[in-house]
Amino acid sequence: MSTQDKVIAIIAEQAVLDPSDVTLDSTLDDLGIDSLGLVECIFAIEEEFDITIPFNANEPNESDFDISNVRAIVDGINTLIADKG
Amino acid sequence: MKRVVITGAGTINALGHSTAATLEAMREGRCGIGPLEFRDVDRLAIKIGGQVRDFEAEGRFNRQQMALYDRFTQFTLFAAEEAIRQSGLEFIGELAAKSGVVLGTAGGGVSTWDDNYRSVYEDGKNRVHPFVVPKLMNNAAASHVSMEYNLKGPSYTVSTACASSNHAMAQAFQMVRSGMSPAMITGGSESMLCFGGVKAWEGLRVMSKDACRPFSANRNGMVQGEGAGIFVFEEYEHARARGAEILCEIVGYAMSSDAADIVMPSKQGAARAISGALKDAGVNASEVGYINAHGTGTAANDKTECAAVADVFGPHADSLMMSSTKSMHGHLIGGTGAVELLACIMALRDGVIAPTIGYEEPDPECALDVVPNEAREAKVSVALSNAFAFGGLNAVLALKRV
Repeated sequence: MSTQDKVIAIIAEQAVLDPSDVTLDSTLDDLGIDSLGLVECIFAIEEEFDITIPFNANEPNESDFDISNVRAIVDGINTLIADKG
Repeated sequence: MKRVVITGAGTINALGHSTAATLEAMREGRCGIGPLEFRDVDRLAIKIGGQVRDFEAEGRFNRQQMALYDRFTQFTLFAAEEAIRQSGLEFIGELAAKSGVVLGTAGGGVSTWDDNYRSVYEDGKNRVHPFVVPKLMNNAAASHVSMEYNLKGPSYTVSTACASSNHAMAQAFQMVRSGMSPAMITGGSESMLCFGGVKAWEGLRVMSKDACRPFSANRNGMVQGEGAGIFVFEEYEHARARGAEILCEIVGYAMSSDAADIVMPSKQGAARAISGALKDAGVNASEVGYINAHGTGTAANDKTECAAVADVFGPHADSLMMSSTKSMHGHLIGGTGAVELLACIMALRDGVIAPTIGYEEPDPECALDVVPNEAREAKVSVALSNAFAFGGLNAVLALKRV
């Protein structure tokens, strides 16, 4: 499974959707994921890839980690995985 | 119904080891938040908190007591000693039989859990100290206060997360007001500043890494504190008859449940608690001069709380003062309402309004007078203290100058 597929599977599970319903252009809003759901997604992603995502729920749009849509999240995770070496 | 007054106040928290030291720090807008110091702190992402410094429990309590007193109990007994000494009450006979202890704590003996889990899981030990259970139980602090001061009336512990102390004090108030008890020891304490305690909070992603800046547009979360606030609530005629010094009067309270979300606050739930307290106290909204805010410094709490206050007070919201002293002592979770009640006493008795420090940028969603950065002198006749907990459980107290 590629990174992208794994991320989509995690997000789909949180949104209680089939992975085929989650596209790269989907926003968390589109998928009905609220702030608590987002914190759970981030936890699951960190566990899956053994990375630490800089995310503070008080300023979700101000951290370096872009969550504007699924594509941005996947790109951010790829960068964090690459940085980890 | 009886009138209820406060005749003793004691505390220990990041700002000081007494009420006088704490109020002086609040007047000066001092910050008690700094780098955390305990085992494994390097494995935390959040490394700041309002930790109690220079508290030497070993010299204060003997070996048998140390085996039974978690840090939250130590804080409670320390603060209770100051409060009861100030009140001048001695609990004997009928007074002892009817007076009790109602305290709040969210976590109880968190560091006792932490130390002993570490011992059995990490260190692989197969035996723990025989008093682990009586040391960590949430009611340990209330029980030890009852034993130390011969309080034989109704005693128990209330646990409603960040509103625990306010719920406890509301209960104690109710007991004295109804005539059930002539005096009650009440307030709350918390001591979660250990590796497991902070790690759990870290998971929620609502903690700030640098400072607690309530109501400021650039706020980025809460900062934990620790300590205790303990009070003597006494029936007014009982206090007057013995010539006791009265710090202020408690005139009402209300509790409400959001019945909505486990972590997100609700404007309606908060507003119902605030307006309920005014109604119970029989005071007009226009009489309120100061509100000690719940003011956690999270995005969600602060804007919801300001909206609730604006709803309840209408145009008067713009002429009252509302500050969050969590900016100085941190969020004491189950003990927070108790330490914050001290700011209400200072407003009513001394005419000094504690500031919200760390305030840097106005937030249009928190457009109230939050007493930014510097304390202010003002005559206040009625004050409120807000507490809105995770789980949507709210408790607001109303106090009056005597």
